[in-house]
Amino acid sequence: MSSFLSIRNLNVKLAQGTPILRSVSLDVNAAQVHGLVGESGAGKSMIGKAVLGILPKALHITGGEIWLDGTDLLTLPPSERRKRIGAQAALIPQDPLTALNPSKRIGPQITRRLVDILGWSKADALDRALELLDEVHIPDPLRVMRNYPHELSGGMRQRILIASAFAAEPKLIIADEPTTALDATVQKQILRLIAQMQKRHGTALLFVTHDLGVVSKVCDSLSVLYAGKLVEQAQMRRFFMSPIHPYSAALLAATPTYADPTGSLTPVPQSVIDTVEQEVAQHDMRHQS
Amino acid sequence: MRDAQKEMRRPLGLRLWLSGGWLFALAVGAILAPLIAPHNPLAQDLFAARLPPFWDAKAEPGFWLGTDSLGRDVLSRILYGSRLALFVALVAGTLTCAVGATLGMIAGYYRGWPDRIISRFVDIWMAFPPVLFAILLIAVLGTGIVSIIIAIVIIDWTRFARVIRAEALGQSAMDYVASAKIAGRTKFSTMLTEIFPNVLPSIIALLTLEMGISVIIEAILSFVNLSISTDSPTWGGMISEGRTSVHQAWWVLVFPLITLFLTVLSFSQLGEGLKDRFDPVLR
Repeated sequence: MSSFLSIRNLNVKLAQGTPILRSVSLDVNAAQVHGLVGESGAGKSMIGKAVLGILPKALHITGGEIWLDGTDLLTLPPSERRKRIGAQAALIPQDPLTALNPSKRIGPQITRRLVDILGWSKADALDRALELLDEVHIPDPLRVMRNYPHELSGGMRQRILIASAFAAEPKLIIADEPTTALDATVQKQILRLIAQMQKRHGTALLFVTHDLGVVSKVCDSLSVLYAGKLVEQAQMRRFFMSPIHPYSAALLAATPTYADPTGSLTPVPQSVIDTVEQEVAQHDMRHQS
Repeated sequence: MRDAQKEMRRPLGLRLWLSGGWLFALAVGAILAPLIAPHNPLAQDLFAARLPPFWDAKAEPGFWLGTDSLGRDVLSRILYGSRLALFVALVAGTLTCAVGATLGMIAGYYRGWPDRIISRFVDIWMAFPPVLFAILLIAVLGTGIVSIIIAIVIIDWTRFARVIRAEALGQSAMDYVASAKIAGRTKFSTMLTEIFPNVLPSIIALLTLEMGISVIIEAILSFVNLSISTDSPTWGGMISEGRTSVHQAWWVLVFPLITLFLTVLSFSQLGEGLKDRFDPVLR
């Protein structure tokens, strides 16, 4: 199967040289969902940001390739790269509170993408935006289009962001912890909605999360990240049946279950952490210049 | 839900009414000064010198706020003085805002070398005592209304640059700016459509504050006789002249002072009131 997004040996460093991503390689196949899990600070979000070209100023890509639909983005001139990313990829952000411009009404914020990326007329874009809002189950979309973001709930805003991510029919969507900022009941709805939309539109989805439970529900395959280094990559079923790496196994064991709600939580054992830390150190030794 | 929100929208508020009302009245007085001023502001009459204001037994009808030591009508002089004060406030305030806010937004959003250059200039500027700087500038530029305006812009652009830079910096970290970037928008277009509307409330509040400050700077320059030609009435000039005769005729000093005070206060209060109304989140 051909992969739509293919990252090869991506290295990202802080300006002072601290590695953030250590030779990361991963593939997201067309119309498939790839989960990216890890502890906070493992660099999950940074992979998404590197692909979309929105890394924070202090971080630099120091090596590797990012192939999007057969082109290595990193070899393109910046303006060409921007255009390609805009046309083919979109982001569902983590925090719906800061992802919509507070001083603009919802309508223009969705239609703007259609006008920018696809060169549609305002009227066409407006019709499409209404359709999309309907598709993400927003009641009375006509009214919502005239609302300001602060007049809507977090769940509503996340729905709008999902609609807007799918608006220009991108081939790849990166969802950066899309349910983390929402409460549990809304999380479930949003998750189901993202999965639904992904299937309907046949989009490749890179799903960044720290929640293995979420991964098991929506993903086809996954990568486990620790300190910017890939620990394991696997198809979904195989991973949950028999994780290969001790760190993956420990992560799985640490997931609380409904079966035993009163049981105490299992931490990742120190011996396992020592193992991965050692692997990370070995990687750094090999890549010292 | 929308209707309920409309009802919840706060009424204009006393602050906005009072400050707006005072500035409006002053503006009308300034524009219509030749029609409504009871006397020629320059006409001297030594026999009618130091007449007290209207409530005093020795007041003469027609001289509502009394006369100065040369017999010139205080009310007429305040009205004519407000023409210069308000003109300087509007023009210098707007220009300062345009220069400072633009530089601040560029520094805060583009970062990198534009930020370094602009921020160093702001640091250097902050080290100058503003009043001395103003006097120095006027000494170089010569007196006159254009010089006053240029001096105010040069002295005070940093006020906008600092605040708007910080605001733009905060806004650029928001995800909606990243979204615009992903969608392939240019930096300049993103700055105009994503950053600018969100720093606008602060710009408006600062703009009116700056108008008040312009009035003060103009008054200071007139006070030390460095504004426009000495015979046209200015608030600062009146305060300066009234100072010398404050024991015989306090009103020559006090009335322009009150006018100045109310005007500056109104500008700052107007800004605060407008900021609330322009901010979609507070609105």
